[in-house]
Amino acid sequence: MCDTCGCNITPGNRHLVISGRLSTTDNGQSAVKVLQGLLHENDRQAAHNRAHFDSRGVLCINLMSSPGAGKTALLEATLQALGDELRIAVIEGDLETENDAERIRRHGVPAVQITTGTACHLDAHMVHDALHQLDLSGLDLVFIENVGNLVCPASFDLGHHRNVTLLSVTEGDDKPAKYPVMFRAADLMLLTKTDLLPVLDDFDCDAAETALRNLANPAPVIRVSSKNGAGMDAWLDWLRDEIRTQRDRLEEGRSARPAVQPDGARLHAHAHHQHTE
Amino acid sequence: MHELAVCQSVIRQAEAVAREHGARGITRIRLRIGVLSGVEPELLARAFPLAQAGTLAEGASLEMESLPVRVVCNRCEAESEVPANRLLCGVCGDWQTRVISGEEMLLESLELVTAEEGEHV
Repeated sequence: MCDTCGCNITPGNRHLVISGRLSTTDNGQSAVKVLQGLLHENDRQAAHNRAHFDSRGVLCINLMSSPGAGKTALLEATLQALGDELRIAVIEGDLETENDAERIRRHGVPAVQITTGTACHLDAHMVHDALHQLDLSGLDLVFIENVGNLVCPASFDLGHHRNVTLLSVTEGDDKPAKYPVMFRAADLMLLTKTDLLPVLDDFDCDAAETALRNLANPAPVIRVSSKNGAGMDAWLDWLRDEIRTQRDRLEEGRSARPAVQPDGARLHAHAHHQHTE
Repeated sequence: MHELAVCQSVIRQAEAVAREHGARGITRIRLRIGVLSGVEPELLARAFPLAQAGTLAEGASLEMESLPVRVVCNRCEAESEVPANRLLCGVCGDWQTRVISGEEMLLESLELVTAEEGEHV
């Protein structure tokens, strides 16, 4: 992850870095090698957001899933269980309506709703704007409930620390194989709505886990029902552990990015400008 | 889906580099897109004309190179090219692999109009 020892050179970009082929200088034209992540601006804003969370000692978790996989219900059950133990706030992302933020506020928890209009994902700038409406002091944990979508949200770093991807058992157990970018990015996979398993004969939790492993993702898998509370303890323990880990990291002056951010992360969003004239 | 947002980001970055070099225009933008990057080159190409209109990159061509997914096995250390949703070692079949290529989403290079030709206008 540095620009000095060459560890950011991958087989995908080695020839560019080493051969320096770009002297296609026609009359009045020059080629410039850039080698910069396509979401450079977003990544810069994300780093700023993360520094903001870190300076207040807050852990930020990004929840992603299809629409209707139970993100808001999971948050409600989590707030109910942890309300007295942790100070939590929620940033809600939807195309329209304030409905989810209102559901969260009923639990006495501050919630900021981002309505994206037509945008299918949150980006770091939207989260930054939301943070202006949120007092982080004294908080332990901020959840970002991303727009329900298994494609686009995976590509945007928001400045959070961990990705939690939900897969509800009313979907197919092969979702990780169908949406590899999303499930590669998961630091934790939650199989939700497990109270419905007895009436579903076509969702195999083990198969879902195998599909995740086939993406070389070692993330833990927790089976959970927000409705009957099964598996909630394991989920809450994971959260407590992540909060502890975040505090330990901050004491050592370190931060954490989500496991995988599909981007030129290895290039550290650093521009290598080279004139070829 | 999000390809227009990605395209707009590319154009803004390209414009920033062009300004840094005192260029008057951008004639070519080259990207490298990994199969596991979450971006579809075809959709990027479709969004590109919308994003470039009225910018320094108006009229620039877009070239994209697609990078396959390659993994290295943590167990047997073999390197193999794999499908995007099955990152198992191609040699021993183990799932504990590292992706070494295929996640890239890079602005590789730009061609800029920098000289004084055209100044006669």
